[in-house]
Amino acid sequence: MIPVGFEYSKAKSVREAINALAGGDCKLVAGGHSLIPMMRFRLAQPARLVDVGGLDELKGIEAKGRGARIGAGTTYRDLLDSALIKEKYPLITEATNGIGDTQVRNRGTIGGGLAHADPASDMPAVMLALGATFNLRSKAGKRSVAAKDFFEGAFTTAMKDDELLYDIVLPAPPTKAGMAYVSFDQKASGYAIAAAAAVVTRSRKTIKTVTLALTGVSERSYLADVPDVVGTHGDDAELDAALSAVADSQIVNSDIHATAEYRAHLARVAAKRAIQIALGRAG
Amino acid sequence: MATLFGSGIKRREDPRLITGAGNFTDDLKLPGMTYAALVRSPYAHARIVKIDVSEARKAPGVVAVYTGADIAGKVNGVPCAFNVPGCDLKVPTHPMLATDKVRYAGDGVALIVAETRAAARDAVDLVDVDYEPLGATVDPEKAVQPGAPVLHADVPGNVAFTWNVAGGDTDQAFASAAVKVSLRIVQQRMLPTAMEPRAAVATFSRSMGQLTLWVTSQNPHIHRFLCSLMLNLPEHKIRVISPDVGGGFGSKIPAYADEALVCFAAIQLGRPVKWTEDRSENYKVTTHGRDHVEYVEMCGTKDGTITGLKTTVYAGLGAYASTAAPGVPTILHGLMYSGAYMIPNIKGKVIGAYTSTTPVDAYRGAGRPEATFLIERLVDTYAREIGMDPAALRRKNLIPKEKMPYTVATGITYDSGNYHGALDKALDLIGYQTLRDDQARARKAGKYLGIGVCSYTEICGLGPSQVAGQIGFGGGLYESALIRVYPTGNIRVYMGVKPHGQGEETTFAQIVADEFGVPIESIEIVTGDTEATPQGWGTYGSRTTAVGGGALKMATVKIKDKAKKLAAHLLEANEADLEWKDGKFQVKGSPAQAKAFGELALMANVAWNMPAGMEPGLEASAFFDPTNFVFPYGTHIASVEVDIETGETKILRYLCVDDCGPHINPMIVEGQVHGGVIQGIGEAMQEIAIYTDDGQLATGTMMDYAVPKASQMPRIESHYTYTPTTVNPLGVKGIGEAGTIASVPCIVNAVVDALSPLGITHIDKPLTPARVWAAIQAAKGGAR
Repeated sequence: MIPVGFEYSKAKSVREAINALAGGDCKLVAGGHSLIPMMRFRLAQPARLVDVGGLDELKGIEAKGRGARIGAGTTYRDLLDSALIKEKYPLITEATNGIGDTQVRNRGTIGGGLAHADPASDMPAVMLALGATFNLRSKAGKRSVAAKDFFEGAFTTAMKDDELLYDIVLPAPPTKAGMAYVSFDQKASGYAIAAAAAVVTRSRKTIKTVTLALTGVSERSYLADVPDVVGTHGDDAELDAALSAVADSQIVNSDIHATAEYRAHLARVAAKRAIQIALGRAG
Repeated sequence: MATLFGSGIKRREDPRLITGAGNFTDDLKLPGMTYAALVRSPYAHARIVKIDVSEARKAPGVVAVYTGADIAGKVNGVPCAFNVPGCDLKVPTHPMLATDKVRYAGDGVALIVAETRAAARDAVDLVDVDYEPLGATVDPEKAVQPGAPVLHADVPGNVAFTWNVAGGDTDQAFASAAVKVSLRIVQQRMLPTAMEPRAAVATFSRSMGQLTLWVTSQNPHIHRFLCSLMLNLPEHKIRVISPDVGGGFGSKIPAYADEALVCFAAIQLGRPVKWTEDRSENYKVTTHGRDHVEYVEMCGTKDGTITGLKTTVYAGLGAYASTAAPGVPTILHGLMYSGAYMIPNIKGKVIGAYTSTTPVDAYRGAGRPEATFLIERLVDTYAREIGMDPAALRRKNLIPKEKMPYTVATGITYDSGNYHGALDKALDLIGYQTLRDDQARARKAGKYLGIGVCSYTEICGLGPSQVAGQIGFGGGLYESALIRVYPTGNIRVYMGVKPHGQGEETTFAQIVADEFGVPIESIEIVTGDTEATPQGWGTYGSRTTAVGGGALKMATVKIKDKAKKLAAHLLEANEADLEWKDGKFQVKGSPAQAKAFGELALMANVAWNMPAGMEPGLEASAFFDPTNFVFPYGTHIASVEVDIETGETKILRYLCVDDCGPHINPMIVEGQVHGGVIQGIGEAMQEIAIYTDDGQLATGTMMDYAVPKASQMPRIESHYTYTPTTVNPLGVKGIGEAGTIASVPCIVNAVVDALSPLGITHIDKPLTPARVWAAIQAAKGGAR
């Protein structure tokens, strides 16, 4: 568990970090809970490591219009402690509670986890369900990428090697929306075998709108299009029918923990239960 | 003075262990120390065509590189020390570094020694080995079938041994039985996962010709003995020190090639050498546990009397015979086939199989969990077959207390026990009938509640040395204690056992404090240094308190006998007129005429006024060899609910009644039960080591191997009965492994019970949601 030798420096500013990235063969590290294990296994062997964990500029949660802005270097602990997040985006709080353990949440950052893009991690699904936008910076300038265009594959995002994830912008959630995150965890890693994030609004007793994102199912977290859910009462039978194809767009993973058949089944159950819980929470 | 025996005082070792102040092997830093790393085979089974270490030798910081050819003739192979008699055991040579062939992924090929740990690790990647892959064989049943790749030229068909146990007339019992049930059981391979990985630091004094080895060992005296054999160094020139050791669960019993190689390098180089596993290396090369494929049958009458049990067991040993490996699936397993029951006819056959996998050896419970599991699964299957309540069937067949001591069909004699008492207490405490009523209601509501019962007994407190010799164990099984009382009355106690988390620094001190009437703070328990402690055989098989505690008790008696004689002399009284009261020897009826232990300690050590013929000093050692093993027992009951949509199991209640005789420290007993139960629930629910068909460990990190987490475990309701044994002076039985032995079948029985309305009769553990769901789908498919 000893990594290949590398240079380490602490960035004093975002600009300095961006300049370092532009020099090539460089990775950024903040909490280090994704990258450092990869380096210890020698699966990642960057020549240079630039630590952005101490940059205040990258931290913080604030209201932005009717939505919110989250600095990429914000820790999971800060997310959990945020009254703003709890009130407007309880989905984030619910999912974050299940990330790692206390120590991991104290150090791990939302931006680090998203840029790492583990196909079974929780936060990508949450960001997809909430319609987040990711702001990137590089020496070449700034650009924004919507969450739905960000996750390209396993450990692969729309970010270029020289880009830094600066912050995450969340739009206002739908009025009186209910949200829920349901995950079936792999017992060893705690990562999802299949998990679903749902944002639901209701019209009296039926579902008016639904945004559903899944993770753990395939090589990337994805938004599932489930039009048949709208108009139902959220009963088991209705949702079983409306969600039967929730994993059909994906090449479903099969591994020692779950066959593709079981994983696709759990994706349907997670989606159903997340929608039902979210419906119960919708105003 | 209040007695400490029976008091749940806090563990004295914990402050240092939980504040990071412990002293573990890897904490050791010696001047001029070098660091070792192993080049290990990536292949399960391959011929070594060529090893090129030239680049590694030139790498910065590298001090030395050794291959198998470099060490040939200078060291011996890694020995096996459990030569089970009455079978055709074949122990092939286990070279410290492979020369011609590698036999599991992780087999050592070269040793790097460098100035830093990082330099050693970097140099590993520079060693170029050409392998010619041969076929792998990972399953113990398949490995002994014709056509399987053969690992050792001198072990045809990979068959390490065929061992038989028999009592009664089993064939006749089955032929005439009204009811027969059978199961195929896979006892999956487990990774012991001690908190502290293995580590070794060796240093060699050329002037004294003496080797000192600090090593993560459960049994430093055994390590000294085996190192002597491996290194051609006389035993009196080897000092083995096991400082704080962070758990072992059996995996720190064996002698390992890597630890011996560190010694070899230290001797060669004249510099200290340190090696520490990381977790991945630990999973890859430190011994694994279990790994049985079993075909088991039980027969009985229609009204629930068990009349026979039959087994054919394929036990995987891995690539080589590890130190105690052959004894685990035979002596410690097959002799326990009667469990807690009267089974007049027993016939078992165990086939040991070499496979191209990491060697398998003792893992918490070692053979008894596998025996208990197959018995308890068969009992439940039998009860279901005849429509009898499983608790009632147990009650009918348990050995009654009136029959103790009881000799079972396999020939061993259980010392004591009230098995029915523990069963009834557990049923009563959990409200068994209410649970069954709840279950019936839940089933009508479409819910899948299950209740699992396990009544167990196990063999531990290993054991009489005479029996050790008879069963082929390459050592004794007595224990030792040396008590040294200083002039100030402070005491050091040197024990042959090596606790590594079990808490005997506290329990042993409790015993001594009580015996001498002194504060516990005046007592230091010393273990784990062969230079200081008398010959002992280590900590495993739940023997430390039962056997080591016996030696300690005997040594205290010797000290007290001498102190009493001295007190009589100083008081000018007749020894017969003295009594021990309130921490003093006093003249009966005249409490003012008394000598406290501390005063006697001073007078014995200064020797100003000794009785004629008495030696100065106050010191005694004792060796205790028990007359039999001990057999703790109990009943565990679990209730579970299975979500049949996802296959997830929730443990609603877990209640245990255990009997390990009197408790020296009830808190520590409870801790051992809790830890054991949780380790067993891990085995029942989520832990499994998986090899791919080509012999790669697919669960090589904690990302894939599911060690239980606190958040995944239920609350445990611990209760006890107290039946002392007569085979040791304290009356205590071991409790370190009981929880692991009982909880595995308890949980599996509960889940199978929950799913029985679907027609499910068995699911192989671990009962992961994926496996349970698959079983439900198969059952539904079958019903359709």
